[in-house]
Amino acid sequence: MSGTYLGMPAFPKAATLSTRNTRMRANLTHATHTIRDKRAAAVRELPDWAQLRAAGAAVKDRTLRHLDHYLEQLEAAVTAAGGTVHWAADAREANRIVTSLVRATGETEVVKVKSMATQEIGLNAALEAAGIRAYETDLAELIVQLGDDLPSHILVPAIHRNRDEIRDIFRERMADWGRPAPEGLTEEPAVLAEAARLHLREKFLRAKVGISGANFMVADTGTLVVVESEGNGRMCLTLPETLISVVGIEKIVPTWQDLEVFLQLLPRSSTAERMNPYTSTWTGTTDGDGPRTFHLVLLDNGRTDTLADTVGRQALRCIRCSACLNVCPVYERAGGHAYGSAYPGPIGAILTPQLRGVTSELDASLPYASSLCGACYEVCPVAIDIPEVLVHLRERVVQGGETTIRGVRTRIRPAKGHAAERAAMRAARWALDHPAAMRTGQRLAARTRRFHPKRLPGPGRAWTASREMPTVPAESFRDWWQRERGGKVTR
Amino acid sequence: MSSRDAILGRVRRALADVPREESPDDVAVARDYLRTHSPADAVETLAENLADYRALVHRTDTAGLPDLIGRLLAARGSRDVVVPDGFPAEWLPQADAVRWVQDTPEATPDELDRMDSVLTGCALAIAETGTLVLDGSAGQGRRRITLMPDHHICVVRVPEQVVDSVPEALPRLVPTRPLTWISGPSATSDIELDRVEGVHGPRTLEVVLVTR
Ligand code: SF4
Repeated sequence: MSGTYLGMPAFPKAATLSTRNTRMRANLTHATHTIRDKRAAAVRELPDWAQLRAAGAAVKDRTLRHLDHYLEQLEAAVTAAGGTVHWAADAREANRIVTSLVRATGETEVVKVKSMATQEIGLNAALEAAGIRAYETDLAELIVQLGDDLPSHILVPAIHRNRDEIRDIFRERMADWGRPAPEGLTEEPAVLAEAARLHLREKFLRAKVGISGANFMVADTGTLVVVESEGNGRMCLTLPETLISVVGIEKIVPTWQDLEVFLQLLPRSSTAERMNPYTSTWTGTTDGDGPRTFHLVLLDNGRTDTLADTVGRQALRCIRCSACLNVCPVYERAGGHAYGSAYPGPIGAILTPQLRGVTSELDASLPYASSLCGACYEVCPVAIDIPEVLVHLRERVVQGGETTIRGVRTRIRPAKGHAAERAAMRAARWALDHPAAMRTGQRLAARTRRFHPKRLPGPGRAWTASREMPTVPAESFRDWWQRERGGKVTR
Repeated sequence: MSSRDAILGRVRRALADVPREESPDDVAVARDYLRTHSPADAVETLAENLADYRALVHRTDTAGLPDLIGRLLAARGSRDVVVPDGFPAEWLPQADAVRWVQDTPEATPDELDRMDSVLTGCALAIAETGTLVLDGSAGQGRRRITLMPDHHICVVRVPEQVVDSVPEALPRLVPTRPLTWISGPSATSDIELDRVEGVHGPRTLEVVLVTR
């Protein structure tokens, strides 16, 4: 059973621990640099990338601004196609729904397709507590599960492990979970993939219940879409008799045609491919092909709170491609675990505090886990202005302000002197203490822009416009830190 | 209050800034991206992109098709070969060594797992991305038959089944059918973010581009 994030220390402490782990850093640097260049090449192939990116952002904005409409439309379409729709206000309710659906089948085992939403709600632990064993079937998730570890990347949860470590984990742990690793297992990636194939095949063959997420849900047709590489997704979506999909309410796109944008943006941004090996789409149930029973669990769990923030809501456009992680100098050095949630990296730094409400030490420190270099915005296929949201959330930590927590408008008090502020300040100092992270950041910033947080316009004003104004003095994070907080750290 | 009503209520409160009279279509979506990146020769581009992702590409005409399929199966020593309903009988080779297995809803995953190869057509193919799309109609079978055997031969009628791009593909597909988009053999990038072919799906994908 992979661990949970409960009780994780605030970002700076966790980041300090991971930066000391030189092997993990080397693994991360190697992997993220490999994918960075490939992504750039895949994007260059499309001369209309900028237009696709703008359309992707616009389609998501249309969805978010009329989310109630699309949710009802989706529910009607899925129901008409033979599916059953459930609504979960928070993680606990989602876990309860899924647990009781599995129990109703009489099964004590499920196979899972990698899904960020079920990571977020800690579904595996909830199932375990109910005596149900959940088998992760994505290769990287399997590595994490066998290694009793935590995911550290959206796309490749075991990115912090290199091939030698993976071989050792397979050798030592596969037997505890089912078919043992083959004799003489080497660290060759193809050999490791073969071992996973053999280990999981018996589980697919006997599985009666599959659990998935979805990359997209099409409101007008009720179609769900899962984008994957290995075929484990296809196994889980087609072999079991019962399929349960847990999906965040923001994963909707309005129409079938809208997929033409996202099926171009996502593969090139995430795995740097023209197209990922397998994409499955299904609409309710189909006679004689695939599961006979289909349940869709629509998950809120902080999404409506995020939606209520007119600056922060753009985080809900995210299609979880992980491009922002792969270019982030802070992520590269801190590692995914330091972010203390299923969502690491730049997107985690803006999504986690919003989903959970900026109240804990960890959540308050996350908006500081950035050098504001802007590389994440540059690569984001749906143009989420992550630095803008970071600065907005920082302001809220320091100055307090309106927010929505579990549907209730709340005023957060300024964090001055609180544990939260101290955690935040330590996060900022952590970034400053890592000159390499800052240098990379600033080099990128030269291409993009510097930020001037004190001049941040209020919610609703077009930050984009003012940011392009050459008259706004460029100011690096270091300068900002010195000016704003520099004198206050020592107290 | 049900969670459904609670969530919808929260959504509406969260969107208090959206003017009441605004409709979804009022949110502009500029579709000024390209419908196609206009490959000079779509069939050629399809072949290149398929091969780039390690699919094995073959070409023939309908007259030569049975022979080619026979050779591909023989080369692997395939004995049990799944052929879905509606796959043209005249495309099948006379091969004594091969047992043609029909796909029926009763076939269990275990039985499918013991098959050596599967032979199908497709709904269409996308040149720019090197993608085959199967929609479960005649000659394509249920989704699982192209998943369990380790060897998949897919026949694409060219040029009529080939479209340039993803935007050209979607309107030709029926959303209510379960679709499988296949771009190369099963692969993973999970070990050091490097692509390795061959995890759970067929490790060998052979595509036959057939002209009349
Ligand atoms: S924020 Fe943008 S770049 Fe980052 S994972 Fe989401 S979609 Fe991808």
